[in-house]
Amino acid sequence: MDALLLHPTTIGGKLLLMVIAIALFALVMAAVLGLAQLPKRQTRGAAAAVFLFPALALVCFGLIYPALVTIKNSFYDQTSTSFVGLKNFATILSSPEFLTTLRNTVAWVILVPLLATGIGLVYAVLVDHARVEKFAKTLIFLPMAISMVGASIIWKFVYDDRVGILSRAYRAVAGWLGAEDPTAPKWLMDAPWNTFFLMVVMIWIQAGFAMTVLSAAIKAIPDDIIEAGRLDGLTGVKLFRWVTVPMIRPSLVVVLTTVAMTALKAFDIVRTMQGGHFHASVVANDFYTQSFNNHDKGVGAALAVLLFVIVVPVIAYNVHQLRKAEDIR
Amino acid sequence: MSGIQAAPAAVTAGSGRAGAGRGDGIGGGNRGLGGRAARAKRNLTSPWASGIAIGIGLLWSVPTFGLLVTSFRGSVKEIQSTGWWQALSPSNWSGFSLDHYRTVLSGSGTANLADYFINSIVVTLPAVVIPIFLALLAAYAFAWIPFRGSNLLFVGIFALQVVPIQVAMVPLLTQYVNLGLNASFWVLWLSHAMFGLPLAIFLLHNFMKDIPSSLVEAARVDGAGHVTIFFRVVLPLMVPAIASFAIFQFLWVWNDLLVALAFGGNTPDLAPITARLSDMAGSLGAKWHLLSAGAFVSMIVPMVVFLALQRYFVRGLLAGSVKG
Repeated sequence: MDALLLHPTTIGGKLLLMVIAIALFALVMAAVLGLAQLPKRQTRGAAAAVFLFPALALVCFGLIYPALVTIKNSFYDQTSTSFVGLKNFATILSSPEFLTTLRNTVAWVILVPLLATGIGLVYAVLVDHARVEKFAKTLIFLPMAISMVGASIIWKFVYDDRVGILSRAYRAVAGWLGAEDPTAPKWLMDAPWNTFFLMVVMIWIQAGFAMTVLSAAIKAIPDDIIEAGRLDGLTGVKLFRWVTVPMIRPSLVVVLTTVAMTALKAFDIVRTMQGGHFHASVVANDFYTQSFNNHDKGVGAALAVLLFVIVVPVIAYNVHQLRKAEDIR
Repeated sequence: MSGIQAAPAAVTAGSGRAGAGRGDGIGGGNRGLGGRAARAKRNLTSPWASGIAIGIGLLWSVPTFGLLVTSFRGSVKEIQSTGWWQALSPSNWSGFSLDHYRTVLSGSGTANLADYFINSIVVTLPAVVIPIFLALLAAYAFAWIPFRGSNLLFVGIFALQVVPIQVAMVPLLTQYVNLGLNASFWVLWLSHAMFGLPLAIFLLHNFMKDIPSSLVEAARVDGAGHVTIFFRVVLPLMVPAIASFAIFQFLWVWNDLLVALAFGGNTPDLAPITARLSDMAGSLGAKWHLLSAGAFVSMIVPMVVFLALQRYFVRGLLAGSVKG
């Protein structure tokens, strides 16, 4: 039974378990919905309850309850047995290593969205109505399909000491400029610049996202508004600055915040490329190390709470926007 | 909010997230009337812009291309001593081979990825199907069953979208251990389903509420219950929206590392390919022949799905942004 339903080890066993799981899910859903059809006259409340219950139950079990426990744990010791007040937060904020981590995270959250959005915007304008628009867009967009782990390996190869294209190019240029036996910097080791070279990977991935959303926003600007700008004598960069950018401002805000949130939470790149050593760690990586490698539940929880606190203003802003949209409708 | 069209195929790109009014109408807006204007404009765009765009695009592809070339270079010694671009000169073409792919996929050696690849498939399919169906039910309730507290509940779900899943992970792991489910596919399926639900509900609700209410009301008048309406009226119209979110969730689950590492460990019985690759990147250091082939084994599936269904992916992106 255990090998069948919990821990299959053969390929056939795994695929069978997958089919069983989906069938089981379908069965449960059929039962739940069948239940909803039983009463002759359905009341609204009952129907809503049946439709909402499975999703809400899972959200409570998997997100809300554990999040509350994490908040509680952040005020408890390593094993969550005794209350220690703010000690975990004090530990974090008084450690120089952690302050470096925090500095890196701030750099990620500010620089990655700005650069990715900037590149995406310029690119969206460049390819707009170009003959090769679709193909050019796909080139930039493709990294979105690649996992951050895959992207990390791709870029680790770019940064490789011996055969990486960046190191080779650096040596070629330095040699050409007259340096004797030039050595390329250790891109992923030399702090603080290594953080920048890690961020490049995220920018490489996210520029495609920014480009797609902003390109759609630019295309949605009514032609007569552009025309009006032209009649007022605006052309080129000025038209872009005074007509296009204000018209797509809401989209710019969405892209900036979305990329910032992604940059804040991601630990894949740092972990895969150099493990967060050499003063290049970020909060999300420290969270993983503390929680799952060091098994320090207190500090790990405090780091998770810290991530959450950084996100709160974005949540508030989003909810505000949602409310506004509902009022309009 | 502009650009919401009644035709089911175009319902999709309708509303921007939270009324941010972004990118409305990419799906159908620019085709008809705008078509002629666009053509006129196209003639005006400078070839310089196109040239620069292609240049940046190619620059963007160089890192991926370099690793791809490396994965086909037969000689390990050359991979470790010469640049990949040197393999491109026609005199070196005979050096290309599929050996490294054979190595990473066969059962031998430290880098056997076949098991992990299967694990990725087994993890991904239910982790996509389950949240979509649950979210469809919930989105239906929010859109078409008026009940007290509906708005507040929806805002709550919406707010959960950007909450970092890190806040839930450690206590969730404890719960799994208590239930005896720890280190099984069940916890990976459950986790991905739960973490995907807030975005799924929000995104599908965005599409769902754009279905013309006359359709739903006509079915009500005919005496159909909610279950019937859900399956007969709403579900068929939601197919494009489901495709959009399915690609999102597919890419997210297939490419995920955090959930895989935290709940799946690193065993060939359970861990998906991303977890194994991340580990290999640390332990194999500069064995680029294995890393390059391994990376492309993991990337081939999402790339094919992505390129084939790009249209739906873009729609989803424009309608609900991405989660983290």
